[in-house]
Amino acid sequence: MSTDQTGQGGSTASTSARYPHGQGRDLVQLVTPSGERVSHPEFDYWVRDITDEQLCSLYEDMTVIRRIDVEATALQRQGELGLWPPLLGQEAAQIGSGRALRSDDFVFSSYRENGVAYCRGVDLTDLVRVWRGNASSGWDPYTVNMATPQIIIGAQTLHATGYAMGIQNDGADSVAVTYFGDGATSEGDVNEAMVFAASFQVPVVFFCTNNHWAISEPVRLQSHIQLADRAAGFGIPSLRVDGNDVLAVMAATRVALDRARRGGGPTFIEAVSYRMGPHTTADDPTRYRDANELEDWAAKDPISRIAALLDRKGLLTEELQQQVKDKADAVAHEMRTGCTTMPDPEPLDVFKHVYSTPNSWLDRQQDHYARYLASFGDPAGAVSEEGAR
Amino acid sequence: MTQMTFARAINAGLRKSLENDPKVVLLGEDIGTLGGVFRVTDGLQKDFGTHRVVDTPLAESAIVGTAVGLAYRGYRPVVEIQFDGFVYPAFDQIVSQVAKIHYRTRGAVKMPITIRIPFGGGIGSPEHHSESPEAYFTHTSGLRVVTVADPQDAYTVIQQAISCDDPVLYFEPKRRYHDKGEVDEALDPAAAEPMGRARVLATGTDVTLVAYGPLVKTALDAASAAADEGISIEVIDLRSLAPVDYDTVVASVRRTGHLVITHEAGQSGGLGAEVAASITERCFYYLEAPPVRVTGFDIPYPYSKLEMHHLPGLDRILDGVDRALGRPNSLSGLEG
Repeated sequence: MSTDQTGQGGSTASTSARYPHGQGRDLVQLVTPSGERVSHPEFDYWVRDITDEQLCSLYEDMTVIRRIDVEATALQRQGELGLWPPLLGQEAAQIGSGRALRSDDFVFSSYRENGVAYCRGVDLTDLVRVWRGNASSGWDPYTVNMATPQIIIGAQTLHATGYAMGIQNDGADSVAVTYFGDGATSEGDVNEAMVFAASFQVPVVFFCTNNHWAISEPVRLQSHIQLADRAAGFGIPSLRVDGNDVLAVMAATRVALDRARRGGGPTFIEAVSYRMGPHTTADDPTRYRDANELEDWAAKDPISRIAALLDRKGLLTEELQQQVKDKADAVAHEMRTGCTTMPDPEPLDVFKHVYSTPNSWLDRQQDHYARYLASFGDPAGAVSEEGAR
Repeated sequence: MTQMTFARAINAGLRKSLENDPKVVLLGEDIGTLGGVFRVTDGLQKDFGTHRVVDTPLAESAIVGTAVGLAYRGYRPVVEIQFDGFVYPAFDQIVSQVAKIHYRTRGAVKMPITIRIPFGGGIGSPEHHSESPEAYFTHTSGLRVVTVADPQDAYTVIQQAISCDDPVLYFEPKRRYHDKGEVDEALDPAAAEPMGRARVLATGTDVTLVAYGPLVKTALDAASAAADEGISIEVIDLRSLAPVDYDTVVASVRRTGHLVITHEAGQSGGLGAEVAASITERCFYYLEAPPVRVTGFDIPYPYSKLEMHHLPGLDRILDGVDRALGRPNSLSGLEG
């Protein structure tokens, strides 16, 4: 029970030693790992409108992004993608929060929030464009109100805070939401973002997915206290939620969004989850992580949990499961096709968009390189044929 | 035309930009109530409000990083880094974010951010207050790096920088803040000399002397002194450090056949090296001698009692001119 409640996996004993303030507050949980809907005096209110149909839809979303993740991992193994950062195990955190957002809210995320991007309506081909090495970004941020994924850890939290300063200036009631991991909380930028957000009381939500591992470094190396408790030091209210419980995550996100929209300033959410896969396809977690820990967390799998809830409610019909599987397969197929048929960029594209106004240095380099390519007669083939000279 | 100090001219330019475009916002430490430690933003918060001129917490990465978010939302942030040596905590946000978001998003997101940095020495300050970090930024694609050398140019270029859709680092020669000059406030920045162009401030026939920022005045003084000895120096104020307007320098060197470049920053990997190499590539057959650099030493910025040894002064520049012309100089007789 205690491990379920705290979400600290199979290392409860060592955890309490490492968190001297004890286990801290309980995780907000609305659905137990066995799929039982438990009532919560405060948070039930925030998901009271969720119908059976919407529960099925959340189940579908989570299944689809897991399928996307599997397909992208396969594409990487087949050499179609250079790299992929799997989100396996974090589906509830991403879908629960992503589906709580309004279209005019603006997301600044890390590279792992492909589930959030899916919620924002990002084109499936665009999800893999960067990882194929075809472009530096997949989508135009303004078409989906989500910045392109940030690779520098935590840098995006400042962008969200600045964007929220702009929202405040504009007198709008939208919210900037920034996603980052447990490791990012150690970065200066995340701390500076919280200083600014608190100081100016801007509408920003700090959504920290505590997936327990920053590549090989465990969360206990990042923090001596629970991550959610750090926010208090900045004067930012925080919520600590079971990140594998899609309803709880949605409720917590709605609380934070509502506070922000009503001028209540920033909120920090710690969604306690677990990265069940590797950090990226280039990583080997067996070198640093105990298999038992993974097993503990597999028992708390977010998709199994909502499936169990649906089952208890008599909603998990064969028809629904088939329908969801078909949707997931269709999405995966569409992404694969989009990936493998993506046209290669043109050589001179490297010079595009460095500046929005002319730059004499770059124009000259582009001109010289174009002349060099032209000297082969076939600009497109010049580089690849170089070895044959 | 109005007589005003360099600092006042920048203030007037900022005021014009704030008046002309409601999307312009200023961010920085002490820029509001105090008006900045150099008073460059004096009175602006009083007239434009705390949402247009924002006193921020002391966190340089956040000052620049939140400017990125504001730019995402359509604002044109102008941030002040209080001193040159304080820019380093913001380095990642400048070179990895500000510089690259337009490229990263394939042109979808513009970053019209102006980063004002008082730079250079000569004011007797302690460590971290007199540095010349421009080369770090000229090396980063996606940034425009400019500096100014007189009040009129300061007034014009700050407005051009703010209206530019690319990020601009605007280096302010802090030891010239109190120098006075004529400023025509009616001058339309759009009609003035573009900030990317170098200016020939004194014509000459024997040597091309390239300077920027605080050393432009020193270079002009050197040219006057040299004229007394019968040496004719053409002084070019580079103005834009990235990109450098090489066409103007090339045209000059093709006439004079000699090039001297001077800056306060250390020599190794400095802008002088870049100018020397580029001009050598483009003017090899016109050069009658190798380009000469007269720069700060490759040392941490020294304590103030010795800073005038580090900073190129009129005599060191003239010695460099002598080296370029093959006249007797401090290194005469030394091989290589």
